Amino acid sequence: MGKYICKRVLRAFFTLFIIITILFSLLRFMPEEGYFENYDKLSDIEIQVKLNSLGLNDPLPKQLTRFYGQLARGDLGTSNVYRRGVSINEIIAEKIPISIRLGLVSFVLSLVMGLSLGIWMARSTRSVWKIGDKLGTVFIVIIQAVPSAVYHIVIQFVGSQYGTLPMLFDAAKPVSYILPILSLSIGSTAYYAMWLRRYMVDESNKDYVQLARAKGVPGGDISRRHIFRNAMIPLVQYIPGSILSTLMGSLYVESLYSIPGMGGLLITAIKRQDNTLVQALVLIYAVISILGLLFGDILMAIVDPRISLNRKEGAR
Amino acid sequence: MTNENVALSFEDLHIQFTLRGQVLKAIRGISLDVYKGESLAIVGESGSGKSVFTKSAMGLLDANGTIAGGHIWYDGRDLAQFKTEKEWLSVRGKEIAMVMQDPMTSLNPLKSVGDQILEAVVLHQGLKGAAAKAAAVDALRAVGIDQPERRYKQYPHEFSGGMRQRVVIAIAVACRPKILICDEPTTALDVTIQAQILDLIKNLQKQLDLTTIYITHDLGVVANVADRIAVMYAGDIVEVGRCDEVFYDPKHPYTWALLSSLPQLGVKGQALYSIQGTPPNLFQEVQGDAFAPRNPQALNIDFVERPPYFEVSPTHKARTWLLDPRAPKVEPPEHIRLLKERGGLSRG
Repeated sequence: MGKYICKRVLRAFFTLFIIITILFSLLRFMPEEGYFENYDKLSDIEIQVKLNSLGLNDPLPKQLTRFYGQLARGDLGTSNVYRRGVSINEIIAEKIPISIRLGLVSFVLSLVMGLSLGIWMARSTRSVWKIGDKLGTVFIVIIQAVPSAVYHIVIQFVGSQYGTLPMLFDAAKPVSYILPILSLSIGSTAYYAMWLRRYMVDESNKDYVQLARAKGVPGGDISRRHIFRNAMIPLVQYIPGSILSTLMGSLYVESLYSIPGMGGLLITAIKRQDNTLVQALVLIYAVISILGLLFGDILMAIVDPRISLNRKEGAR
Repeated sequence: MTNENVALSFEDLHIQFTLRGQVLKAIRGISLDVYKGESLAIVGESGSGKSVFTKSAMGLLDANGTIAGGHIWYDGRDLAQFKTEKEWLSVRGKEIAMVMQDPMTSLNPLKSVGDQILEAVVLHQGLKGAAAKAAAVDALRAVGIDQPERRYKQYPHEFSGGMRQRVVIAIAVACRPKILICDEPTTALDVTIQAQILDLIKNLQKQLDLTTIYITHDLGVVANVADRIAVMYAGDIVEVGRCDEVFYDPKHPYTWALLSSLPQLGVKGQALYSIQGTPPNLFQEVQGDAFAPRNPQALNIDFVERPPYFEVSPTHKARTWLLDPRAPKVEPPEHIRLLKERGGLSRG
């Protein structure tokens, strides 16, 4: 196990190194306007002076080494356009807590609701009318098929018109968190329910469940100890990733409720051509994806005894 | 339930399944006594209802299957009347345990084999903690697994097929059942392992005074392990008797056909015998003897009226009009005499 984790971590670092290198090099091909707030008004000399002071006229390898060092100190650089001269760490530090707070609550909510719905649906497939399964399927199909913008608006409209909840987000008023959290969690609720139901139905048809019944294990214990646990294995892998992705916020939900979170930052940075900010944000996205996969794999190795070291055995 | 020696008694059992609005009569009125301490083999081709028949005694029919009539007597209780899970839990494992066909899939891949045996020990032996664990280790040792303490902690994927089947047997035995149903226990195994597993079950049967019911379509297995044979065809038992009676003096045309298809009886250079036609469609009502359409020597009455059981000896009966005193004399095929001359089936 230890060896597996070490290997996996080393591989993650290697991936990250490649991403940083490619990302940094590519962004150096971007127009140099991206380092100035008022490019048009500057003379060529002023521009060259600025570029020199930012070290952007140095050879690429030199710039790269400097960037690695900067990252090693935890410094993401300074914004030049979006908020001139402000360190990117500071910009993110202002925005990320709001996204995390909303994201984590909605993550927990969607996990609890999604898994409960999934279990309920899976159990109801064995009943005569399968009402739970049918209702759940209707919900899942609607959420999956209707564009998310539509149901976000419906939630906002219904919640604020009939539920008398605040339509817009206000960090000081906890009641205004309800609708955004609902919007953020409903998509993944449907996702968890859909997959858990599917995996539970799959597992409950397997021979070992029949053997457990034959040895006299009560149905409830079979669901808990055998079916649910085994059905969670394929889902467990995605949980760290979805926790981490809450860091980045949701573009649509945040703009709908005017939440000052991380959601729209990358788009704004690209629109404003703030090269260093784009670079830092893409890097954060990459780190989050890599960590999500890494933790997912490690968690998977912890819960599934069949995954060990290097041996490749029958895929799931 | 008058007879003291009967462990399990099926009485005119009917089982049907509802599939897409149609009713399939999987078991059509079976009566069979299973005696205490005996080893009974149920043979028949795929789809003849062997598994469904035995699963009904454990309440393990699929959700769309129901017992439509008859009784299953066990220890003074009629299992066919059981409705709730609670009632079945008093029988499953505790009284009747099962070994299933495919050891590769019948263990939970995410639980150590020890835990899976422990589950049975805790449920049925009333032990807890260290004592329960010791009993589970003993169960592993009893089925011939080396280093049981170390193997206890391992997961199913660390065991070979034969070893997994031993674990499945250990689970069944750890339930301390009185009846052990072995549903094709060796079909998925290597030939060399098959014999070991059968020996193991035989030994355990003796040690623990079990009644065993084998379900198989491998007549070689039957010859090795069974005291009695019940031959199933299209949801009915067409012939039942002691091993030697059914093998050397079969009466039902289906048993003849089944035995004639044994590859051991093939003559070099000639095609092996095979039964013509297909089994009847059980969605429809079966008229007369279910085997009649495939039986070249069928009598006219075979197509009209279902034959009753005729006793050949106190232990041997068959459901065929050929045993009626009015029936014409029909000789069993060549192969059956050959079987007798060769002195039966040897292992392998």
